[in-house]
Amino acid sequence: MTETYGFGPSDTDDGSERRDEDPAEGSPTAAAARARAPIVPGATVAGHALVAVVAIMTFLAGLTIGSVAAVRGLASEWTSEIARDTTIQIRPAAGLDVAAALAKATEVARQAPGVASARPLGASETAALLEPWLGAGLDLSNLPVPRIVAVTLAPDATATTIAELRAALAREVPAASLDDHRQWSARLTSTARTVVLIGLGVLALVGAATVLSVVFATRAAVAAARTIVEVLHFVGAHDSFIAAEFQRHFLSVGLKGGAIGGGAAMAMFFLLSTLPAWLRGGAPTDGSATLIGSATLDLRGYGGILGVIVLVALVTSVTSRITVYRTLRGINS
Amino acid sequence: MVRFENVGLRYGMGPEVLRDVTFGIPSHSFQFLTGPSGAGKTTLLRLMFLSLRPTRGLISLFGRDVAALGPDDVAALRRRIGIVFQDFRLLDHLTTYENVALPLRVQGREEATYRAEVTELLQWVGLGERIDVLPPVLSGGEKQRAAIARALISRPEILLADEPTGNVDPRLARRLLRLFVELHKSGTSVLIATHDIALMDQFDARRLVLSEGRLRIYD
Repeated sequence: MTETYGFGPSDTDDGSERRDEDPAEGSPTAAAARARAPIVPGATVAGHALVAVVAIMTFLAGLTIGSVAAVRGLASEWTSEIARDTTIQIRPAAGLDVAAALAKATEVARQAPGVASARPLGASETAALLEPWLGAGLDLSNLPVPRIVAVTLAPDATATTIAELRAALAREVPAASLDDHRQWSARLTSTARTVVLIGLGVLALVGAATVLSVVFATRAAVAAARTIVEVLHFVGAHDSFIAAEFQRHFLSVGLKGGAIGGGAAMAMFFLLSTLPAWLRGGAPTDGSATLIGSATLDLRGYGGILGVIVLVALVTSVTSRITVYRTLRGINS
Repeated sequence: MVRFENVGLRYGMGPEVLRDVTFGIPSHSFQFLTGPSGAGKTTLLRLMFLSLRPTRGLISLFGRDVAALGPDDVAALRRRIGIVFQDFRLLDHLTTYENVALPLRVQGREEATYRAEVTELLQWVGLGERIDVLPPVLSGGEKQRAAIARALISRPEILLADEPTGNVDPRLARRLLRLFVELHKSGTSVLIATHDIALMDQFDARRLVLSEGRLRIYD
């Protein structure tokens, strides 16, 4: 095969019998100058659409997973903090020295096992608590206002700690009563549990929607490349070769889309966790910190979003593989 | 090397497109497959390169019954058959060089082992200057020759060409025919499906004529 059989550089020339003067024209190394193009083209309309679908769905799934993780973290924080805080109330009664009872109750609480700290609220603090209802400049000495000892339990406190403290108080300071917020804590726990369950339900729905839309978008992209599957098939490529080419391509498409969407979701949670601090211009001090400041994502949340990215990329590549095999079966039918 | 015995084919529940087709293609042979449009030429070609399975009858390729082939056997047999499609089927995102090299690439060969071979073949079909051009830029005749080069690069034992002169002027058709004759002389069996009688009159060869689903042979 060294001659050119009558074909010039162009078939519109009129020298039909002419042979190429210089068969070496069109340098053989020219082909090497261009990097070997992938068999499955990278930039196609269907490919871009698939990246967009994967990115958007990963973003939504990332938001859901992050929200559920944040709510779960928040809920467990609420319940554990509330469970650790208890209060002793001294109700004023005729003939009772409230100040002495307050000091005694504080003393009893401090000596009880499993108590980390006990602190009587001063007159001004009590007034501050009542200010929203009774107004400023209150003189408590004129009113029969109950006094409070704030008790914080040690982390190793058990269920018996509260019972023992209650028994000790009953013995030593009959005017005191212990409020362990159990009612609130139970209610909060069940509310938080419900919110987490709803979140998991939404996560399942978003997850299913993500998988389904990625599956359909991938199928559409493979269908758009059907000619490539056919040509490869007809030039003698093994089915496994064709499937591997597509799978490799679609894995990178899935990772790209997933990284864009998941990265955006992570960035959003990161911004949410830092933004309130800028707005307040300092350390969180008020109640909003409990709500917003704690709504940051822990490592597990970020891990969940990473998991979504990996899952979406795998779904994309496995779907492309299955679709290619299905296409090949269609060609051979 | 190709043997059809009483082959019949119907699409779905439709009428039989091919009926009792019996013929053989020996090694080192040259033949035209002809007949009016819609007579079943392309269908017959598709049966020959395993893109269709017959509804009845026996087809054997290189001594093997095609009904008993697995997917990997099909790929192995296809590598012994070169096929030129009527619509070329070049991949638009690959250069002429990459399109022609595709059959070798799918065999897992390293580019360094076939670069010279592909370049030489492209020179031979007169596409030496169009090596790095993408198919949409090629003229109809150039695409045709690129498609032929792709069919030849893996040195097939038999070449099937579907209307290879359907898109070109008579002068280029003559040059393409000469290319096929040269190929035949070098030992490859050639089957050209065409309804161009003028083309067939230029080279005295066996004619397989399809009409209304039946095949007649004029040696």
